[in-house]
Amino acid sequence: MNNTKTIKVWNSVKNIFLHIIIYALALMVLAPFIWMVLTSLKDMSDIYVYPPKWLPDKFYFENYVNAFSAAPFARYYFNSLFVAFAVTLGQMITCSMAAFAFARLQFKGRDILFFIFLGTMMIPYNVTMIPSFMVLYWLGWIDTYYALIVPGLASAFGTFLLRQFFMTIPRELEEAAYIDGASRMQVLIKIIMPLAKPALATLAIFTFMGTFNDFIWALIVVNSEEMRTVQLGLAIFRDRYISQWDLLMAGSVTAVLPILVVFFFAQKYFIKGITLSGLKE
Amino acid sequence: MHYILPNRKIKKPENKNGNSYRKGDLKSALLFLSPTLVIFSTFILFPVFFSFYLSFQNWNMFGGGSEFVGLENYKRMLQSDDFWLVLKNTAIYTIGTIPLNMALSLWIAYLLNRKLAGKKFLRTAFFAPVIVSPVAAAVIWRWLYDPNFGLVNYAIGIFGIDAVNWLNEPTAAMLALIIMGVWKTFGINMVLFSAGLQGIPDSYYEAAELDGAGKWAKFWHITIPMLAPTTFFIMIMSMISSFQVFDIVYVLTSGGPLGSTKVLVFYVYEYAFKYFEMGYASAISYFLFALLFILTMLQIKYMKTKVYGAM
Repeated sequence: MNNTKTIKVWNSVKNIFLHIIIYALALMVLAPFIWMVLTSLKDMSDIYVYPPKWLPDKFYFENYVNAFSAAPFARYYFNSLFVAFAVTLGQMITCSMAAFAFARLQFKGRDILFFIFLGTMMIPYNVTMIPSFMVLYWLGWIDTYYALIVPGLASAFGTFLLRQFFMTIPRELEEAAYIDGASRMQVLIKIIMPLAKPALATLAIFTFMGTFNDFIWALIVVNSEEMRTVQLGLAIFRDRYISQWDLLMAGSVTAVLPILVVFFFAQKYFIKGITLSGLKE
Repeated sequence: MHYILPNRKIKKPENKNGNSYRKGDLKSALLFLSPTLVIFSTFILFPVFFSFYLSFQNWNMFGGGSEFVGLENYKRMLQSDDFWLVLKNTAIYTIGTIPLNMALSLWIAYLLNRKLAGKKFLRTAFFAPVIVSPVAAAVIWRWLYDPNFGLVNYAIGIFGIDAVNWLNEPTAAMLALIIMGVWKTFGINMVLFSAGLQGIPDSYYEAAELDGAGKWAKFWHITIPMLAPTTFFIMIMSMISSFQVFDIVYVLTSGGPLGSTKVLVFYVYEYAFKYFEMGYASAISYFLFALLFILTMLQIKYMKTKVYGAM
């Protein structure tokens, strides 16, 4: 009797200890974000102090106004959102169509073509980026929205993801529609896509995140200030305001906020996407 | 770049001439595939072959013609001290990040694989660094690494360690990059390890308990071997992505100080888009491609024979 009681007490002590460890770890992982937000709300006199002060004497929201006037962040924001939405929408269309062909249509060489498709996922970005840049240069698209959007309008990963999902959808519904005279495009749009919402959501979130966070491509194809995305703008901002941490942290908050918000509300789709495939860093 | 999990089966659609077969499928298929095929041919297939061709050229981007130079670009690469330096730096970064990353992500996945209060919050917290932009993350870490007022020096100061000039000393800068790299990416591996852990049947542990196995025995003799396929997959993925690290390097250290954190993709970027030496840059990128390709093939082969063979 006494013995089981000791074991119980010991177990709950261990359990509390486990909670302390894991919450301490989580706090350490989150600390950079917390520090970013707090710094973005501090006056310089509260930033340059040692030992560091967690909370400022007074919250200083002017940093955001100052950051937005020190660089055209509003314009960068518009560019980033416009490009991310366009690429996301485009991929949902092109990947759905390609996935439909691979999942539902019979044609010669389909399976070989599909495996070539999968194979292209192994091609690293830096091999294709030089000629892709040259193609855009020849087309006269450097420093335009086309350069930021068009190369992202197809995705092997997206096609694969949707194809796998489409194949789990029973065919009976489609058969009825075909008998009623529907075309393949109508079947895709009216029957398959509505049933594939979870897969489409996963693809949309991944694509949006990838495009919004993209840096190297914008760095390569953008020259003018008006075409900069948030990420490129922030990187250039950091060169100019090397240790203006108030402004830099305000800029960083704006650069991470949309993705954190999306992540908070759609976490399960992120996790699903990761477990379906590895995520590129 | 994406990779498909090793244990995922790729189903083939049935090839039957039943109800689902319709006339004109080829025509429709061309129509449905055309947008994807156009983009892919222009921005993936053509570039893969063209950059191979470029790597044998002395290519002038802005007029002035170009000439075939044979293996000259590759020769130049192998004779360049800078090339060997960036290769070494990339290797150090890879070797430095992967063990730390895997140990941390496995540990956290293991801790998360039991009853905990607020598990959803914890998962979100550990995963958050993965989804934020690498540029913003690197800007934040520049502030954390500030030699005078940074949080990192303050934190190590508590343990009596002297302040480090993180981003201005070669060795410290590489370490700073590795620490940040681990922080930024371990969440992916945590999720993959979690999925792997959940796939281990409880009955295995119960059987081991009946045989009197302790916690560590269960971990070493059940968890670790059962996770082998996941672990190998994670290793390939981490290697491939570490070899291509760029964004965080560009913003955190810009390759400095004294080139101590300059990595392969950074080197490619410089030659292609600063000096516009497309031929030489393509040769380096093809070298990287070959390296990653061999790695992937070796690992996949190893995975098939050793891991699946043993189980």
